[in-house]
Amino acid sequence: MSVSRSQRRRGLVRFSVALIGLAFLASACGGMSEETSGKAAEAGKDCTSKTKVKVVLQWVAQAQFAGYYAAKDQGFYDKECLDVTIQEGGVNIVPQQLLQAGNVDFAVSHVTKTMVTREQGANLVNIGQVFQRGAYLQVAWADSGIKTLADLKGTKVGSWGYGNELVLFAAMKAAGVDPKKDVKVIQQPFDMSLLLKHEVDSAQAKTYNEYAQLLETKNPKTGKLYQPSDFTAINLDDSGYASYEDGIYARGDWLDDPKNAETAVKFLKASYEGWGYCRDNLDGCVDVVLKAGSALGAGHQTWMLNEVNKLIWPSPQGIGVVDPKRWKQTIDIAKLGGVLKKDPDSGAYRTDLTEKALAELKADGFDTTGDSFQGEQVEVTPGGE
Amino acid sequence: MTATTTEPRPAGKHASEQAAETSPNRPRRQRPAIGPKLVNSLGAAVVIALLGALWEGYKALGQAWDDKIPGLGWKFPVATDDMSMPHLSAIFHALTEPASRADSTTLFSYLITETSVTLREAAYGLVAGSLLGLVLATVFLYSGPLRKGLMPWLVASQTVPLVAIAPMIVIWGGKSGAPPWVAVTGIAAYLAFFPVTINTLRGLRSPSRVHLEFARSIATNRRQQLFLLRIPSALPFVFAGLRLAATASVVGAIVGELSAGTGRGIGRAILTFAYYYSNGPEKLYAAVLVAAVAGIVFVELLGLLERLALRHRHTA
Repeated sequence: MSVSRSQRRRGLVRFSVALIGLAFLASACGGMSEETSGKAAEAGKDCTSKTKVKVVLQWVAQAQFAGYYAAKDQGFYDKECLDVTIQEGGVNIVPQQLLQAGNVDFAVSHVTKTMVTREQGANLVNIGQVFQRGAYLQVAWADSGIKTLADLKGTKVGSWGYGNELVLFAAMKAAGVDPKKDVKVIQQPFDMSLLLKHEVDSAQAKTYNEYAQLLETKNPKTGKLYQPSDFTAINLDDSGYASYEDGIYARGDWLDDPKNAETAVKFLKASYEGWGYCRDNLDGCVDVVLKAGSALGAGHQTWMLNEVNKLIWPSPQGIGVVDPKRWKQTIDIAKLGGVLKKDPDSGAYRTDLTEKALAELKADGFDTTGDSFQGEQVEVTPGGE
Repeated sequence: MTATTTEPRPAGKHASEQAAETSPNRPRRQRPAIGPKLVNSLGAAVVIALLGALWEGYKALGQAWDDKIPGLGWKFPVATDDMSMPHLSAIFHALTEPASRADSTTLFSYLITETSVTLREAAYGLVAGSLLGLVLATVFLYSGPLRKGLMPWLVASQTVPLVAIAPMIVIWGGKSGAPPWVAVTGIAAYLAFFPVTINTLRGLRSPSRVHLEFARSIATNRRQQLFLLRIPSALPFVFAGLRLAATASVVGAIVGELSAGTGRGIGRAILTFAYYYSNGPEKLYAAVLVAAVAGIVFVELLGLLERLALRHRHTA
């Protein structure tokens, strides 16, 4: 044998060292921190110092949160001398937990979930109700015979649970269907596979997300995409049952400091401006979201943003202003469902910060109501690509 | 380097080992011939091909029989439509497609980038967890009361479901102002320290009585016994523990990412693809596949380190 063992070993040693070194070298390059866009740096150049704030979203980056990403990308936050970190949500972790723990300064959350946390003693306050309309749909196959909520009697109803069932159950009760006796409620995962596989007769969907997923799916029988005519979509908001969804929250005691209240006004102002940008630049805003998210489909995000815009605009009283009637309905639905024991106290929401932000925006010539807004026709792409 | 036929003896070898090596009864270890190696790699390829065939075969049967066993009417445990089980070709094809319209990187290179973030978190967690494990094992070796008192708690720490622990660590981490990936590393370390502790402790106690008595007879102190006898004989155990810890730290990093709002990492990619599952089931499978392969590579890197550290031993 011409090559000795020690030599072979030395070769192995060298190879191992090189490989491990390479692995660490590869791991040394970026990916854990975020970059600032050129526009943002430009907008913030007049600030002597910047206030650092953190906002946590309800879920991963997607067009549902486009306004915040746009405000950051377009430098609206920097213009207000804010250094905003947008933290995505995750599994098993809820925004109001992080807000209550003081990890973040603002949270994007639903009224019902946050008011439950408030009832348990956390001083969380709604400072801006961004989504004015509800997005819940109950979707069934068109040939199932389900046309109205009353038709759900005796069927298998898919629901996400975790509070998402409240609006549905309230609407069903009003239509004479007892969610406990008249239907079989099936826990639904966060995609639409149960309905597609006919394992439920109807499934929950949001206008801006899961409904689009259905339309982006190919019908295995025809080889073409499913059409809206293949489904019956019952819109709970149109049926008169709306629950306030995405809004901006902060801690009440934190807001007691006038300095923080001022920061909140700045944050609201810039965020609303971000939403305005997304209203007026559908494609530009989608690009911002695609940059922020992980491998999102452009078609799906365009659909999502267009539908989310419809939930916000027009806002007759201005974006973010709570309508007391809608607020009361949201609370009543939660009480009916037994998740809230009593009405939250009067400190549960305040409109003064939003109104101040809107006044400043109006002075800058910003359209705060979007009266002339009309959604676009977004083409559905296979798989939401 | 010149090729030599005589072999320099590594220093510090036991006489018995040398004797064993030169003894005529035991065949001298030689470089394995090409044959067995080729057979091994061929075998591995065949196993992978068989697994692939099993997947496609099950799917084809299900499609032909409408997911029911003929005659009996029993349903297949897993539905075989493209939604539940995409074709392997679809999964591999998805890897070559662009991940998103935003830029032209393929899904494969996107997943590799995300995986590198996760593996880095796992590697930091592995290092931190292993160091903790080594220290704990050494402390336990010398302190019976501590070992008896703490060991049940260490065991308990590993039986508490990770999904319950992860959000807590994320909140604590966020409170201290650390970036989200620190919490992920913490979760990886949390899973990694345990196997290292247990295996190292075993290894440190592995020298036989004869060896220990001999060490005492030549008037070595505790520290010398630790460094000259116990630690060298513990090394194979330590590496066995490290291997377990490496797999655990990858799992910890991925699960941690699900809870932490890092925005990066293969865990987040898996979450997104699960969320949009009906839009592209093959993407989720592709992400899981890449995560699995990356985990194997990670553990194998550690295996290399082990061969490096134990290269003078026959057991290695």
